[in-house]
This record gives sequence, C-alpha cells and structure tokens, in this order.
Amino acid sequence: MNRDNPSGRIENSWKTLNRFTSARIGLGRAGVSQTTQHQLAFQLAHACAQDAVSRPMQWQGIHQTAFELQLSQLHLHSQAQTRDIYLQRPDLGRQLSQASEEEIQRWKSKYTGAHRCVLVVADGLSSTGVEQHVPSLLRALTSRLAESRHALSPSLLCTVEQGRVAIGDVVAALTDAMFLVVIIGERPGLSSPDSLGIYFTYQAGRGVTDADRNCISNIRPAGLGFDDAAKRLLWLMDSAAVRKTSGVELKDDSGEDNRFSPSDAGKNFLIPQ
Amino acid sequence: MAVYRSTTLGTRWQFDGIAQLLAKASPSRSGDTLAGVAALSAQERVAAQMALADVPLTTFLNELVIPYEQDEVSRLIIDTHDMQAMSPVRAFTVGDFRDWLLSEHATTAKLCALSRGLTPEMVAAVSKIMRIQDLILVAQKCEVKTAFRSTLGLPGRMATRLQPNHPVDDPAGIAASILDGLLYGCGDAVIGINPASDSPKAVFTLLQMLDEIIQHYQIPTQSCVLTHVSTSLQAIEKNIPVDIVFQSIAGTELANRSFGVTLDLLQEAYDASLSLNRGSVGANTMYFETGQGSALSANANFSVDQQTCEARSYAVARHFNPLLINTVVGFIGPEYLYNGKQIIRAGLEDHFCGKLLGLPMGCDICYTNHADADQDDMDMLLTQLAVAGVNFIMGIPGSDDIMLNYQTTSFHDALYVRQVLNKRPAPEFESWLQQMNIFNDVNQLVTQSRLPASFGNILSHLESHE
Repeated sequence: MNRDNPSGRIENSWKTLNRFTSARIGLGRAGVSQTTQHQLAFQLAHACAQDAVSRPMQWQGIHQTAFELQLSQLHLHSQAQTRDIYLQRPDLGRQLSQASEEEIQRWKSKYTGAHRCVLVVADGLSSTGVEQHVPSLLRALTSRLAESRHALSPSLLCTVEQGRVAIGDVVAALTDAMFLVVIIGERPGLSSPDSLGIYFTYQAGRGVTDADRNCISNIRPAGLGFDDAAKRLLWLMDSAAVRKTSGVELKDDSGEDNRFSPSDAGKNFLIPQ
Repeated sequence: MAVYRSTTLGTRWQFDGIAQLLAKASPSRSGDTLAGVAALSAQERVAAQMALADVPLTTFLNELVIPYEQDEVSRLIIDTHDMQAMSPVRAFTVGDFRDWLLSEHATTAKLCALSRGLTPEMVAAVSKIMRIQDLILVAQKCEVKTAFRSTLGLPGRMATRLQPNHPVDDPAGIAASILDGLLYGCGDAVIGINPASDSPKAVFTLLQMLDEIIQHYQIPTQSCVLTHVSTSLQAIEKNIPVDIVFQSIAGTELANRSFGVTLDLLQEAYDASLSLNRGSVGANTMYFETGQGSALSANANFSVDQQTCEARSYAVARHFNPLLINTVVGFIGPEYLYNGKQIIRAGLEDHFCGKLLGLPMGCDICYTNHADADQDDMDMLLTQLAVAGVNFIMGIPGSDDIMLNYQTTSFHDALYVRQVLNKRPAPEFESWLQQMNIFNDVNQLVTQSRLPASFGNILSHLESHE
C-alpha cells in the first residue's frame, strides 16, 4: 500500500479524455469497485432524477407567468389520480377527468374571441423541468409566435396534472383549436433531470397518432435553449399553416439536423495516424 | 376453446383457453394489468398456477396461444418442434416438468439435448410455477456455447458487451469509452454501439472505426452497430466490415412487423452475414435484443401475457443461431415492470426460458429513472444472474448511458462478479488481457494510474496535437 494513499484508491490518468465525452470514464477504483466519491455522485444524480419524477408539481409560477402574459387559463387533471397510477396506466394519463372536460366546455360556451392555438402544459415525467423552465419557455414562445403572419398567438393555456402528451389531443378536440402545442416534462436522464419536450400537432383531435406530431426535445439550459426551441416551433407552425399538415410530412424538410456535423467531431485517437 | 378448472378452499375457478390460463398464472407485473390479462386476486393467480401445473406439455403443441394460420411465429414454433428430442418429458404435465427439471435426472447433457423438443409456451408455463431459486438452479445446469472471434458460454466464465455509446456518435467520445472499457477488462462478448443517428452513412463510419480498433490491437472480439437489419444488409453490400448483425425482435408476427422485420428478412440478413466468413473460432453471426412488454407496446400481444410473448421471441432468435441474445429487462419502463422486484423476477425468468430453449442468454440489467428501482436492485439481479450462469452482461462507464438515458451495469460491476464468483472472461480475450498487461495471470486487474505500455503513447500523442 502506498504511504501517500493509505485507502489504496487508484486514480486513472486517462480521465482527461472526458473532454471528448460526458460518459463517466476514468473513474478509478477502490479494489475493483467504484470509489466513494463517484458512488455518491451517482447517487445524487439518481436522487435528482427520482425527485423530478415523484415530487408534486408547484404550479404557481406558471400561473403567475400566464397571468402576466394575459393568457386565459384552465387548470385540469387527467384520469390518473395519483403518480403511482400515472406511471402504471399511460392510458389514463391521456384522458381528461370528467370535471376537467366540463370545465373546458364551460370556457368554450363563454369564449367569444378568435381561437386558433391552444397551449397545454403537462407535468409529464419531470416536475423539476416544468417548474423551473416553463415560465421562461412560455415567454420565449409567446414572443416568437406573435411574429407570425398566420395568427398563431395562443388564446388559452391549459395546465394538466398527471398528463401525457396525447391528453393535448382531447383538449384540442374540446376547444376546436387548429394548432396544438404541448409542453411536457421529459423522462429524466441521470445528467438531465430538468428536460422539457414540445409536441406540436396541426388539427389535433381524438384519434391522431404519434406520426402526426412534431417533437422538439431536450429543452433545458444545458441542452436546446428556450428561444432556439421557440424559433423551431415557429418554423414548424408557419410551415403547418401553409401546408395544412404536421408530423412526418413536415419533418423531412425542417432544416438540417446539425448535431451530427463532422466539423466539430473528434477523431478516433486509438489508431495512430 | 378448452376450459381449465381448479378449486381452492372451496372456490371453483375457470379459465377460458390456454392463453388466459398462462396470463392469470403469471406472477404479478404492471404490464399484464395494463393489458387487462392479469389475475384479479392473489388467490386467482394461485388457482391458475394449480390448473396450469396439471396441463400436459403436449397441450402446448395442440392449443396455440396465437393461431397457426394467423402468425408466422406460431408456425415457426410448431414447424421446427422436434418430437424426438421431447421424448424424455413428453408424458409430463407442467408440474411434473418442474419436478424433473429440479431433479438430478435433468443433467446438463440431457437439458442440452432437450432444448429443440421444447416450445416457448412450455418453458414459459413452467417458469410461472417456479420460485427465483428454481429459475437459478435449473438455468445454472444449462450450457449454451457460441463463438465468433471469442468463445462465449463456457462454464465458469461470463462475458461483457462494451457499450461505448455517445449522444452524437462522436468518434473521439466513443474511442474514450472503448479505451476505458478495455482497460477495465470489458468487451469479450462484443463491442456494440447503439448509434444515435439512423443514417446509413453514420452507421458505416462507426463500423469502420470499430473494425480498425479490433484489427490494430488484435482484440479477440467482434464489433456490432445496433442498427436495423436492413442497414446492416446495405453495409454488407458495400463491403463495409460487418461482424455481427443486430436486430430487436418480439414474440408475435405483428410486433415484429412494427420493428420492420419478418422471418424472411431476418433469414436474408443471417445468410448475408454468414457469407462474410469473418469469425475465427466460430460462425454465430447474429445479435438479438428482446424485452417483456414489447408486443403490448406495439398493440400486438393478442391478450397473451408479456412473459409468454417474450419467450416466443426466443423461438425467433433460435432459428438464426445467434452469438448473443439479451433481454433488455428494465428499459421499457414502469408501465410494464413497475419496480425492482418485478424487474428482477423478469430478468431471471427470461434467462431461464432462453437457456432451456438453447439460447446464449445475456441480460441488460437495467432501469429507467421513472421506475421504482435503484442500484441495489441491479446488484441483486446481477449477482443472481451471475450465479445462474448468464452468458454476458453490459458494461458501460459508471452505469450511465449518456445516449439512451438509462442505467445499466458498469465495467466495475463486471469486475465485482469476477471477484466474488470467480468468473473468468472468454478464453481468447482472457489471454489478450494478460498480454496487454490489463489482467495478471490470475485475472486480477493490474492497471494502475497510467495506461499500460501496450497502448503506446496515445495520450501524450493526443496532447501534443491539441
């Protein structure tokens, strides 16, 4: 045993390669096992991800932002009464409770303005992401959508507890909206407990499928930024307004996916040049 | 439709058809409840298990869970069944079969000879009346050996798939994870990348990169890029180096169609991979992945429980003599396997069923962050599967897959199994690890802080170029 390292812990000189990847490489070892430092770092990351899934949503921040943006609001609930049910019964997370359906119908009978676009915010699998980032994302979205020549500004915001993506279809059907935008907490990763997804559908309603939606994923400060996401949504909605469709048919020419650009890709350094 | 009956404590139970009987007898899991096929009470489940124990094994040849005319997987199961091989157990009920499997009569040699006489439904049925220790005891007696450039499945050995995934398929990022894995003694089953991009060009780049690394360091292992078989077929046509052809498969024809495959397409890919003749010690060229719940998630389960559907996918795999097949047990999420308990049991069931059917079973011992599971659950499943003789597990830096966003076993986890159960790597890879000064001659990791000299000066070379 080394006198300077009485615990016998071994570090790895090649951990500097972590400049090429966020994978947990070069962790070193205690015997053959993970060291205390890395074991606890992992546990913390998992704890954040678990909390994102299970911690109840606090909606006040989103309601306050919507109020400031002068959006009409409804607070709704899916048929999944609890988180446990939500996780085991995706079908119930796609349906609105009876009371929520009635609430939408009451709103519709009173509302007299033009209604083209409805926004739905659902907790999904990350209350952390929705709580922390939806207010900023709402500001970015409403500001970008106001630029459009196709009257895309939302007239209603529905917040939905225990909701999945497809619950937006029910909201769109009940409100007769032409444009549906669903913002939802994505399944948390170990290093991304706070990620949001946007799902856009043109002429949504009961019976649409995943192929009819366009998805913008990994929206968070360390991923796709809020204004970049908003610009991308604006592009999709403008295109949908012209082409009268959404989903697979829009995806093909939605611009270059430059995540895979070879210019900034590193080389395989394992083979000497 | 046959009716099955049992009586428990004065209550009479009736089950309509073999599929319903199997489903109601299945140990509790969320996916069967979601599908509406699970037992409605604990007592109903045991009543179904009692009725199932009395069913003759030959019933499964006559009463199919999905009709022969309707499903090509059913046709494959019946058309390739070997009645001669079944003879030692032909007269048994499911209950007799369990007792025989546990007995000293069921030796390794007899179990190997029996596998082609068994159908997925027979092994699924018997697994439903077995405890975890039964699943381990019987699986441990099975031996399934396969080979390409390394020999897998030998007694006393366990292999690992090195899984160097990267969110944008960056070659340097992938190379960093490969190096880390090799230095921790990982990669004898396969070096297998899940590509982030579906584009054939990106897949070809990764195939070429893996081939260069394997050749340069003379590593006795094989490469695989886990893309659709049609992309692998394109690669083969273009003379891109393909070692092992991958495909996700399921237990019904309709579910396989949702993956974009048929038995004919798989046969075409298998034939093409065999024609390349790239293996040095064997010619098993296919790698399949499966998982309970995949048929239901494709709306293609026909009211068959998810564990029986899973076992049926092994009939598909078996037809193509795979090098590797693994059940990605906790990836699908809590609506199919809710928590650590359900994931652990499912992993052991799948391993048991696959091994009895003669398949080189591995397991992706894993969970997602919305399942009620953690590292402790994975340690339990890992240890139990290693005792049961699992052919291979995954190895990934620090258990964290940064591309697929789930947790699977780490390089360190595999070393833990090697130490506590004295499990050695594949023999060819073991020799290589020793030559490279990664393991010593008693298979202890000798790598300290620095890279072994066998890797040359790639690190200092890198720094001088940056």
